[in-house]
Amino acid sequence: MSHPVFIKLALAALLAASSLSAVVHAESQGPRVTPLPSYQQECAACHMAYPPGMLPGASWQRIMGALDKHYGADASLEQTTQRAISDWLKAHAGTYKRVSEQPAQDRITKSTWFLRKHRDGEVPAGVWKRASVGSAANCTACHSNGAQGNFSERDVKIPK
Amino acid sequence: MSQISCLSIVFAGLTCALSFQAQAITPGEQLGAYNSQAGAPAQPSRGQSFFTGKHGKEWSCASCHTASPTVDGKHASTAKVIAPMAPAFNPERFIDAAKTEKWFRRNCNDVLGRECTAAEKADVLAWLLTLKR
Repeated sequence: MSHPVFIKLALAALLAASSLSAVVHAESQGPRVTPLPSYQQECAACHMAYPPGMLPGASWQRIMGALDKHYGADASLEQTTQRAISDWLKAHAGTYKRVSEQPAQDRITKSTWFLRKHRDGEVPAGVWKRASVGSAANCTACHSNGAQGNFSERDVKIPK
Repeated sequence: MSQISCLSIVFAGLTCALSFQAQAITPGEQLGAYNSQAGAPAQPSRGQSFFTGKHGKEWSCASCHTASPTVDGKHASTAKVIAPMAPAFNPERFIDAAKTEKWFRRNCNDVLGRECTAAEKADVLAWLLTLKR
C-alpha cells in the first residue's frame, strides 16, 4: 500500500472512530492505542488486553509492581518485559478527569464511570453471574469488539 | 552417539533456550531435559494425579485446564478460554522452553504455593504426552 493512501485511510478511520465515540459517549476508555506486542502477548494470555486509558498511571504502577500477586494469581514476568509493559502503560494511562480517580483495588470494574455505565438499570444484576459471562472482567462476553478497543453500545450483545 | 552425550546436548539446548528465549524445542526434548534434571524417569500416572489433585490451595491444575486437557479449559477467575495442554491436541504446547518455564513457575505458585520440582514437571509432561487423538 502506498503511503498517501494509507495515511488517508488511517485519517478516515481515526475520524470515524472519534465521531462514533462522541455519539455513543464511549469516551471513558480514552483514545484507542495500538497495544504494545508484549502487552498483548503477556497480559492477554489470561484476560483481554484492557485499554491502558481505563486506569490512571498510579493504578497501573501498583499493578505492575505486584504481578506476583495479581488478583489471586501469580502473573510475574521477567524484568525486561515487566519494565517495557510498565513504561508503555504509564505513557498511555488515562489522564483526563474521569479516569484520574484511582478505583478500589485498582480494578477498572470499581471505577465510578464503569459502575454508572453498568448500573442495574443498564445491566441486570444476574447477568454477571451467568456462566457465559463469568465475571465483570470478561468485557468481551458482551462487548463483542472489545478486544479491538471498541466498546460502542451498539455492539453490545448480552449472552444468555 | 551415546545416550549421555545426547542428553547433554538436549540439556545444553534447554539452557540456551532459557537464556535467549524462544528457541524451538520439541515436547519430547523438553521432557528429556526435565528427566535429566530430575535424575529419574518420569511417571505419567503420577503426573495425572498431580495435575488433577489439589495441593493445599484453592486451585488444582485442572481448575483451569480441565481434568482431561485434550479440550479447551477456562481461566478460573477471568473465564478466558485456554487452549488444550496436550501436545497432540495443540502443537503450540511445550515448544518454547522459556515459555514452559514461565508458566510452570507462575501456575505452580498458584496451585502449590511454591515452584514445581523437575520431577513434577517431568511427570505432568509425560502424562500429557500419553494423551493421543
